[in-house]
This record gives sequence, C-alpha cells and structure tokens, in this order.
Amino acid sequence: MTEVLFTVFVFTLSVFLGFELISKVPPILHTPLMSGSNAISGITIIGALVVAGEASTPFTTLLGTLAVILATLNVVGGFLVTDRMLKMFKRR
Amino acid sequence: MESLIQVAYLFASIAFIIAIKLLNSPSTARLGNLIGALGMLGGIVATLFYKSIIRYEWILIGLVLGSLVGAWLALKVKMTAMPQMVALLNGFGGAASALVASAEAAKELLTNTLSFLSAFSLTTIGLSIVIGSVTFTGSLIAFAKLQELISGRPFLLPAHHYQSLLLFLLSLGATAYFSLTKGEIAGMYVLSIASFLLGFWITLPIGGADMPVIVAFLNSLSGLAAAATGFVLNNYLLIIAGTLVGASGLILTQIMSRAMNRSLWNVLFGAVGAEVSSGGSGDRTVRSTTAEDVALMLSYAKEVVIVPGYGMAVAQAQHAVKKLVDALSEKGVETRFAIHPVAGRMPGHMNVLLAEADIPYEKLYEMERINPDFPQVDVALVIGANDVVNPAARKDQNSPLYGMPILDVDKAKTVVVLKRSMNPGFAGVENELFYQPNTYMLFGDARKSLESLTQALKEV
Repeated sequence: MTEVLFTVFVFTLSVFLGFELISKVPPILHTPLMSGSNAISGITIIGALVVAGEASTPFTTLLGTLAVILATLNVVGGFLVTDRMLKMFKRR
Repeated sequence: MESLIQVAYLFASIAFIIAIKLLNSPSTARLGNLIGALGMLGGIVATLFYKSIIRYEWILIGLVLGSLVGAWLALKVKMTAMPQMVALLNGFGGAASALVASAEAAKELLTNTLSFLSAFSLTTIGLSIVIGSVTFTGSLIAFAKLQELISGRPFLLPAHHYQSLLLFLLSLGATAYFSLTKGEIAGMYVLSIASFLLGFWITLPIGGADMPVIVAFLNSLSGLAAAATGFVLNNYLLIIAGTLVGASGLILTQIMSRAMNRSLWNVLFGAVGAEVSSGGSGDRTVRSTTAEDVALMLSYAKEVVIVPGYGMAVAQAQHAVKKLVDALSEKGVETRFAIHPVAGRMPGHMNVLLAEADIPYEKLYEMERINPDFPQVDVALVIGANDVVNPAARKDQNSPLYGMPILDVDKAKTVVVLKRSMNPGFAGVENELFYQPNTYMLFGDARKSLESLTQALKEV
C-alpha cells in the first residue's frame, strides 16, 4: 500500500511541476516543445528494454522488441528533429 | 546495482526537468534539448544493467532499427510536415507504452500470478493499454489527415459520437471488470479492442483547422500513457517524465482551444467544417490587384506587418517571404510578423517555418503584442491566412467564428491578401475582410505571388 501511495505522491507533485514549467515556455517555441516533450515521453523505452531482455516466452519478447523499436524511434526521432528546429531559431 | 540504477533514474528525471526549463528561451532551448537527450541516454544505459535482463540480441535489434528509422525520419522531414511527424511520433510512444503494459500482463498470465496482483496494479495495466492504444490509433488518423492520405474534412458515421461514447465506456468498463475480477482475461481483450477503435473514432471527425488542438491532445495522452506504464512498473522516472509531458500537452491543448474560443469538448464532438456553408454574400465585389501595384504600395510604406497562415505552409512560401522581407529592408521598410496561436496545423508551426527561412525571431509577434499596433500599420500583408483574420469573429454574433480572438488586420490602413481563390476558409465562413474598402486581393499561388512581388519591388 505504501508503494502505491508513493507513486501517487510522485505523480501529484509532477503534475504541479509540469504546469509550472510549461507555462513559462513562449509560444514561439511551442512546436519544439511538443517534439521535445514527445521524445521525453519515449522514456517508456526503459520498460520496453527490460521486457525484451528478460527470460520469458517468445510472445513477451516479441511485444518487448516491438516496444523497443517504437520507443527508440520516438526518442531518437524526437530529440533529433527538435535539435534540427532549435538550430534554426536565430536572433539576427 | 539496483540502487545505482535508481540514482541514474534520478539524474534522468532532473535532466528532463532542466530540458523543459531551458525551453523558456530560444537561446537556451537547444542546450536544454541536448541535456534531455543525455538524460534519456543515461536512463537507457542504466536500465541495461538490470539483473533480470539476460540477453541482449533483441534489445540490440530494437535499438538499432528504431534509431535508424528515427534518425532518417528526423533528418528527412520537411519543416512544413512537422505536424504529421509529431503526430506519428506521439503514436509510436503511445503504442510502446501499451505494448509494455500488455507484456507485463502476459507475463503474469503465463505464470498464473495475474490474480495475485492488486486491484490497483490491474487497473493501471488496463489504463496504460487504453491510453496507449487511443494515442496510437488516434495519432495514425491525425497523421493520415495531415499527410493528406485521407481527406482532412471531418468524417462521421451515423450517430458517430454515441458510438465513440460506447467505445469509451466499454474501455473503462472492461478495465474495471479486469481489475475487479482479479485479472479475468476477457476484460483485457475487450479493453484492448475498444480502446484501439476509440482512437480512430475520436480523430476521424476532427477537421484540418482543429488539428492543432488534437495534436496537442494526443501529445498529452502519449505522456499520460508513459506515466500509466510507470504505475504498472512502479517506476518513478516513467511517472515523472510521462506526467511532465502529459501536463505540457494539456496546457497546449488549452491554449489552442482558447485561441479558437472553443472547448476541447467542442473540438472533439463539434465536427466543425463538416459542411461548408455556401455563404450568402451574393455578388459583392472584391478589389483584385497586381503584384506591381502592391509593390508600389509596399515601397511607400513605413511599416509592413506580414500575417502568415496555413496557406504559406502549403505553398512552401516561407523562403519567398524571406526574400520579400530582405527586398523591403533594402527600401528602408520595416517588417514584422503577426502570429496567431492556431495559424498552421500545430502549436508554433509558423514560427518554425519562418525560423527555417532565417527570419530572426525578434520579428515574430504574438497576437496580444501586435494587435494594439494595427491601426498604425501602413500595410498588412496576409499570406494564406483566413479565419484567424476574419473580423466577423469580433462583430457578427451569428458567425460560427464569433468570440474567437483574431488578429485585428482589418484595422490596418491598407490590407493586401494573398490568396489562391475566393474559396472560404476552413470553417466555411465568408470573410468580411476581403470586401473592405481598404482591402486588395492578390490572387494566385502564394509563392509565385511573393516572387513576382519581390521582383516588382526591385524595379520600383
């Protein structure tokens, strides 16, 4: 039960932190914010890695490997495309 | 080792927080993104040391394949196609989260331990699959619409929203059933199928101009899917990172809906743009003009404000805009850009396109900042924007646009509109602006018009 409580605890604080952080991002950066935060949501990859590498059935390994592919795509594609965009924002 | 991995996760969480924090200014944003990427790398490397991981061949295949395709996509994609790129990546993230939760459930099922899980764990598995699947299929449709693989017009089946509601209730009901019956597998099948369909059902009725809202909403869902998976795995890093993204998407969704004076509810269930009203404006005439006349007008102006819209993106005209800005600057004419929050197909879309064309970001002004200045503007040059400059939003209580905050272009001394034809904008509403006595229409492809305009300007 305490474990559940801890996760809810962390979740609740993260909600507030998220709203604080994001409300300071200026509109001109909203597209990179989306692609960059999208890359961060690819963090689900760490769950995928464990599933793909565990001793288990071929079925779960298949699910895990698929998840690793998709999450990696999300992470690599997201960070790279964000960098490509942010590189273009110039002062003068 | 376990605790070292947790320490690495702590650092990754901090890296993500700093990454978003540094996005508060264009000058630090790139560094922030790099820090975020390093945090992710640290998290991945640390995870590889988990003792339950005993083989690496499938991991390696997944990492290499994902990296290659991801990098290829990221380096190839055109800036105008950024909305569909983000939609697609959202979808992949959501699918990955759903797959991880499914695999967790499958593992427990195969070892007959599913019934030992707490109701809370079972609920989180169900929710993770539901949110992840909705994100996945919803994003696929958003991608297909933005890429114009299917029509951008709303697509509605008979009693469509009741069907969506049914799928929604089925997804949640099956999740509850799955949890209350201690892992009855039928619940899992129903929730998977219902949520998979729900993603399609929610996005099919969304029209092109409402895409900024739905892309932001799916962005939020992809984060929440990761957070839900974090609950399944009891992993704080997943919860923190996923929740940050969930909050980010939610704020953007809110900003976008507000910029259209609509609620998320109305965007999801309003199906605006399903029918185009013919517009009863009868035979009023517009003043059509030539590039030469506009060039003359511009060369005598002190300040020109350019208002870009989705039409600029469609015509890939951002570089032509830059050339015009340079030509104007040679003549001593100041230029600024007025950016409406929902111009384009995703939040911030116009800013990225103009940045790509090397236009310094100090020239880009948000709606609230530039609106008070319009009465002093000599020429407002509208390039492929329509509904976001329609004065009916301010004046006409019967207009579907009424109440939507708009750029007050109509208050400028002279207005020049670059437009392909007289077709109404996405909302299917006639634009009063085009009939104003101080408005001139320059018909044609935006890029070609801009090129001839720049040419004519040099000859003035």
